Amino acid sequence: MVSLEDVYHVAKLSKIEVNEDEARKFRDEFEKILEYFNLLDEAPESEPMYHVLELINVFREDSPKICLTQNEALMNTRHKEEGYFKGPKVME
Amino acid sequence: MEDVTIGLEVHVQLNKLKTKLFCSCPLNYHDSPPNTHVCPVCLGMPGAMPVLNKEAVKAAIKVAMALNAKIQQTVVFDRKNYFYPDLPKGFQISQYDRPLAFGGYVIVDVDGVEKRIDLKRIHIEEDPGKLYYKGSITVAKYSLIDYNRSGAPLLEIVTEPVMKSPKEARAFLNKLRILLEYLDVFDPELEGAMRVDANVSIAGGGRVEIKNISSFKGVEKALNYEIMRQRNLIKMGRKIERETRHFDEAQSITVSLRSKEEEQDYRYFPEPDLVPINVEELMKEVGKLPELPEEKKERLKAQYGISENYAKVLVLDPKMSDYFEIVAKSVNAKIAATWVVDVLRGELNYRGWNFLKCFEKFPPEEFSKLLNYFLEEKITEKGVVEVLRTKLDQGGKVEEIVEKKRLFAIPKSEILNFCKEVIEENPKAVQDYYSGKKQAINFLVGQVMKKTKGRADPEETAKILSDLLK
Repeated sequence: MVSLEDVYHVAKLSKIEVNEDEARKFRDEFEKILEYFNLLDEAPESEPMYHVLELINVFREDSPKICLTQNEALMNTRHKEEGYFKGPKVME
Repeated sequence: MEDVTIGLEVHVQLNKLKTKLFCSCPLNYHDSPPNTHVCPVCLGMPGAMPVLNKEAVKAAIKVAMALNAKIQQTVVFDRKNYFYPDLPKGFQISQYDRPLAFGGYVIVDVDGVEKRIDLKRIHIEEDPGKLYYKGSITVAKYSLIDYNRSGAPLLEIVTEPVMKSPKEARAFLNKLRILLEYLDVFDPELEGAMRVDANVSIAGGGRVEIKNISSFKGVEKALNYEIMRQRNLIKMGRKIERETRHFDEAQSITVSLRSKEEEQDYRYFPEPDLVPINVEELMKEVGKLPELPEEKKERLKAQYGISENYAKVLVLDPKMSDYFEIVAKSVNAKIAATWVVDVLRGELNYRGWNFLKCFEKFPPEEFSKLLNYFLEEKITEKGVVEVLRTKLDQGGKVEEIVEKKRLFAIPKSEILNFCKEVIEENPKAVQDYYSGKKQAINFLVGQVMKKTKGRADPEETAKILSDLLK
């Protein structure tokens, strides 16, 4: 069972605002999705799959490459100051 | 403090690597302007793909081996989802249910008593960026973000809640730091090299987590404060709530933070952009670990015949024992140990330096030369200390300093002449001496020292004087 509180909680974690109508809609949809997942209970037990590809050990050597300049790093944002990105203040 | 329980989460930056964990941005960002060591991967730009740094995994394996942990066959990265401005992707790549290693332990020495500190797990993750506030956090209207640190390789080492005092916690961190230095994966001098979260509870009360303590001393201070705070609450009959607190280093107090996410709120799931690691092949590449402190201590005792106490101090810093071993090549080992541990170490501490710096300021080969002057009785003990200080503070060559300061000890025959002079010039002191005031000889020794500008050996001088006055 999914409650409205669950929907608000998930919305908050995702930084999404939902009104009550939307929350009801999401609640119904979440329930359907979770119900669908119940099908998995019928699948035989097996090792969990951590990756869809059968690759392991893909590495890179520890040698530095040229990175972006400060101007390039900041060129896509208006929110910048003295070489920094400007972000929200986070009061904990 | 039997009722106190402490557990630590230690974040260690593998800062001796050349590049970040998932991209080839250079890791030497410490003195650089903001956002100059960044690329689409560590800025979290859409479509950018992480590729794992092999050496980072190898360094992590070394640490896990040195900490006696059980390294897992298959290791998987997960996404830890949360929003914070220092985390550009909206998630941190970390490890969840398939970390690098479980278990492990460290033996620490607390006031001469050995104690085993058990570990819970060790995992690899990426460092977030860094936030700054203009003025202070209370007056600033926004944060400034530098992503140079974003993606730096971190190791999180989690202990079991087994420590009973802040002192034990400090002993554990100290031992950990020494091990990391021996493994050559860690430079403790760099800012943010080691950050600690500490959990502390008093029997019957809730567990309090103190976040992000950024220095060794800070850990002990934060824990001492927190234990006192909790004890006071208990005295007043209040309940200790489970909460997260922040350590204010400047004021040495802890302050309450908003309640944190619960574990399920992070919605961990396997990172689809990285494939699993099978450690077997990497373990072969890592091979055997370098000599660790315990082994080194035993070897120093056996090889050089030095005492347990000197060996114990020497291995606290791998650079100090390396220094000693070079000096001991040309100087009697016991004498070398005494001078390195008792004198040189003190002079370095006084200047806030370590032995790595000493290698540069006063190379061990030159220190050997100085000690040999002393052993050949060319200079006095006092002279050694004077040259040592001059060398450390002003540089220069040992023999030139000795020459310039006229420190070469005076041969016995010359001291004899000075003694005769002094006896002639100070009839009163001589009279005193003969009339039973034996301390008058100290005055005469002082006069000889004055004439020789301290280059005469005082013991030798006293002996010559008392022979002359017989």
